[in-house]
Amino acid sequence: MHPAPSIILFTTLSGLGYGLAAVLGLGLLDPAAIATKFAHVLALALIGGGLLSSTLHLGNPQRAWRALSQWRSSWLSREGVMAIITFLPLVFSAWMAVFESRYLLLPGLLGTVLCLVTVYCTGMIYASLKSVQTWHTPLTPLCYLLFAVAGGFVLAGFFAFCGSGRTVLVPVLAIIFLIAAWAAKALWRDHMKRLVPLSTPESATGLGNIGHVRLFERPHVTENYLTSEMGFKVARKHAAKLWFVALIAGGVIPAGLFLSLLLTGAENGPFTAFIATLAVVTHMLGMLTERWLFFAEARHAVMNYYGG
Amino acid sequence: MTMLPAHSTPKKLGLVIDLDVCVGCHACVVSCKEWNTGGYGSALSDQDPYGADVSGAWLNRVHTFEVVPEGGEIVGEAGDARIVHFPKSCLHCEDAPCVTVCPTGASYKRSADGIVLVDEDKCIGCGLCAWACPYGAREMDLAAGVMKKCTLCIDRIYNETFEEVDRVPSCVRTCPANARHFGDLADPQSDVSIMVAQRGGMDLMPEQGTRPVNKYLPPRPRKSLADSARGLPLAENTDGAKGFFAWLDGMLDRI
Ligand code: SF4
Ligand code: SF4
Repeated sequence: MHPAPSIILFTTLSGLGYGLAAVLGLGLLDPAAIATKFAHVLALALIGGGLLSSTLHLGNPQRAWRALSQWRSSWLSREGVMAIITFLPLVFSAWMAVFESRYLLLPGLLGTVLCLVTVYCTGMIYASLKSVQTWHTPLTPLCYLLFAVAGGFVLAGFFAFCGSGRTVLVPVLAIIFLIAAWAAKALWRDHMKRLVPLSTPESATGLGNIGHVRLFERPHVTENYLTSEMGFKVARKHAAKLWFVALIAGGVIPAGLFLSLLLTGAENGPFTAFIATLAVVTHMLGMLTERWLFFAEARHAVMNYYGG
Repeated sequence: MTMLPAHSTPKKLGLVIDLDVCVGCHACVVSCKEWNTGGYGSALSDQDPYGADVSGAWLNRVHTFEVVPEGGEIVGEAGDARIVHFPKSCLHCEDAPCVTVCPTGASYKRSADGIVLVDEDKCIGCGLCAWACPYGAREMDLAAGVMKKCTLCIDRIYNETFEEVDRVPSCVRTCPANARHFGDLADPQSDVSIMVAQRGGMDLMPEQGTRPVNKYLPPRPRKSLADSARGLPLAENTDGAKGFFAWLDGMLDRI
């Protein structure tokens, strides 16, 4: 599948935003700290920015509101509806934190639950497509959820280190969820590698009982919408390298940095903030790589008609 | 409405495509584009139409496959490799995944005749339906930003200003080899249903669970090339020569 930058950016940014908002909803950060107020604003900005970038790839974005209508059958529609509903408690909680320096348990927890439901819908958009076998597994939404939560704790950890007072719980949870998320993703990749193709050129043409089917001539010489949208292929050796990069940048480095901050018991200050920033930045780079691979490595059933 | 019709549609209009007959001339491809660029919905745009990287939205395309039986790489050994031309357009699936994923309600399946359509005024061009279709039957129109697909020539088949013979999809009307047939596959007495029953009409990718309405008729078994060659007179063989040729044959033998 073609790794469209707008979709990669959307899923990464909004995943981080929802993760951060979900963590903020738990009330683990001091609502009076300036850093926490920033965190609330950042979460809303990431979510909003993600949603906006997702409309960039639409052919007719002016009608995007129509996408809220088919929630009974479409996971994309459900995601849109949930995104809007989720905004209500998030904005309320942000308001309370920014202007009143308060944390309220009920709206907070409600926001956390709704954030997770929204991310689950995002994962299900992909998992529901039988035509892309790699994605068609419950592990897909699980990875989306765990990555969102891990990213949320990484960001929250950054704000905790920037705030005042000792912080242990949030960075510890960040490390735990980073491990859980990348373990789930490793399972997902393992699942992908062991897949026996559901559809083949033989089943796609129905000619399998005559013999082995191979493409002789494409319908057209140049690329078309189908081949450019679904015919993307990434060389195996590059995929293996990129997976390594994603894992190190997205998981090992941020977890290692947080761990060293915890173990050395460094005082909150500019240096700690710098290390925490590094953790956030590498995590984001790792996530972008992971999302790129998520698309680039997925094979669509239609390629059985195009010899790929 | 992107919920599928709750009950099986009373009519299942669709195509039956005969892979034994198609000669791969692409006439249906061109006539489809010609009809549909001026018919239902926005025109079918092309990008870079006169350049080297021409591309565009087409609703029907013909692929060509080579089918090689076990051991068929050697001519005359175990059946021969054969070429099969393979026209492909929307199969108007009964369990159409393209319909249920659509967030806007633009994609729908008509409950009366089972035709799957896109309401272009509602389509936001998200492309999810094209991802959901395993057959590659949907293509985005990059100029209009809406999804395009076969309408089964909805603007021909019910058009009473047309003569009866023209009330079929453009591809069916055009095919010079008569490889494409149109009819109601819910009616067991229809020509298309009888054809499917007699020739063992098949579904494409049944494992995807889409239950396509369109059916494909498999190529008929073919005599191997070697068998056909056995009957041909060989150049060295003069048995059965008559008259002047018999005399010439005899004379030449004696020299
Ligand atoms: S062939 Fe593709 S576009 Fe047509 S109904 Fe089936 S899934 Fe939908
Ligand atoms: S491209 Fe249009 S028809 Fe297809 S899923 Fe999106 S809104 Fe629906």
